[in-house]
Amino acid sequence: MNQMQNFTKGFFKENPILVLVLGTCPTLATTSSALNGMGMGIATTFVLLGSNVVISLLSGVIPDKVRIPAFIVIIASFVTIVDLVMQAYVPSLYEKLGIFIPLIVVNCIVLGRAEAFASKNSVLSSFFDGIGMGLGFTMALGIMGAFREIVGSGSIFGYKFISGDGILVFILAPGAFWVLGYLIALINRLKRT
Amino acid sequence: MEYILIIISAVFINNVVLAQYLGVCPFLGVSNKVNTALGMAGAVVFVIVLATIVTYLIQVYVLDKLGIAFMQTITFILVIAALVQMVEIILKKISQPLYQALGIFLPLITTNCAVLGVAILVIKKDYNLLEGVVFGASIAVGFGLALIILAGIREQLELVDVPKGMKGVPLSLVIAGILALAFMGFTGIVK
Repeated sequence: MNQMQNFTKGFFKENPILVLVLGTCPTLATTSSALNGMGMGIATTFVLLGSNVVISLLSGVIPDKVRIPAFIVIIASFVTIVDLVMQAYVPSLYEKLGIFIPLIVVNCIVLGRAEAFASKNSVLSSFFDGIGMGLGFTMALGIMGAFREIVGSGSIFGYKFISGDGILVFILAPGAFWVLGYLIALINRLKRT
Repeated sequence: MEYILIIISAVFINNVVLAQYLGVCPFLGVSNKVNTALGMAGAVVFVIVLATIVTYLIQVYVLDKLGIAFMQTITFILVIAALVQMVEIILKKISQPLYQALGIFLPLITTNCAVLGVAILVIKKDYNLLEGVVFGASIAVGFGLALIILAGIREQLELVDVPKGMKGVPLSLVIAGILALAFMGFTGIVK
C-alpha cells in the first residue's frame, strides 16, 4: 500500500509541475508539441529514477557535508548517459530538445527528490517515488504539449486534422506561459473543492 | 558592430526568460518586490560573466585538449557550484555591503539554469572568449530587465482583487506571457 502511495503521489497530489511548480524551464520550452513534451518527460524520468536509486543506495556512504556536490555528480552522470543515448538513437528529438537535455542537471525536481526523499528512504521506496514523480512530470508535459499542439498548429502527435495554421501564438513563448498559468490556476481551483 | 548585434539580440530579441525559457524558476520566485529583483539581477550578472569565462577556459584548455568533451555537463555544473560558493566566501570577506545586497541570492543561482545554459550556449555557438563574455553579460542584463519589469507589475497587482486560484504563480505566468508577447515585437530588428 505504502509503495502504491509513493508511486501515485507524483501524478496529482504532489505533481512536480502543477502543484509544486518545480522545473518550469523545460516545461515551458519543450511543450510546443505533445511528442517533444513527452520525450523530455521520459528523459527526465530516466534521470530521476537512476539518481533516486543510486542516491538511496549510497545514502549511508556519502558524508553529510558534501552530499549536495555528490548528488549533483550522480545526477550529471545520468544526464550524460541520456544525452549520449538520445544523440545516438533519436537524433531528431535530440535536435529539437537541444540545450534542455544537459539542463536536466539543474532541474529542481531531480535534486529536490534526491534531497527530500531518496537520501532518507529505502531503495524500493525511492524507485517508486522516482518513477511516479517522473511519470507525473511526463503526464503534465504531455497534457500541456497536446493542448498547445492542438490549438497552436491544429495537429496531434504530428497528425494534422485541420487545413492551414492554428493559433500560432500558442506554440510560441507567450502561449507557453499562459497555458501553464491557467493549468495551475485550474488545479488550484480543483484542489479547493 | 558585431558586439552590438550580440547585445541587442541577447537582451531584447532572444530574451533569456521570455524567448528562451531559461531561468524561469528565479524569475517567478524573486519577482515580488523591485528591490529583491534588483539584487538578484546584480548577482546573476556577476555570476554569469564569471562562469562564462571559467567554463570557456576549461572547455578549450582541458576538455578539448584531452578529448573528453562528453564530460561537459558534469564539469560545468561542478565548476559553477564551486564558483558560486567561492564568490560568496570572497564577497563576505572583502565587501560586506555587497555581500548583504547579493549574498542571499548566491546559493539560489547554482540551480538557475540560465547560468549553465549560457555556458553551454557559448560553446555551442563557437564564440571566442570576448564574444562569449559579451553574450553572457547581455543575457544576464536581459534576465535582469525581464525580472525587474515583472516585479514592478507584480507590486502594483498586490492590491488587485483576482480570483483565488489565480493568485501568485498563475497570475505571474499570465503576465509573463503578455510580456513575452510584447518582447516579440523586437523580432526582426537584427537579422
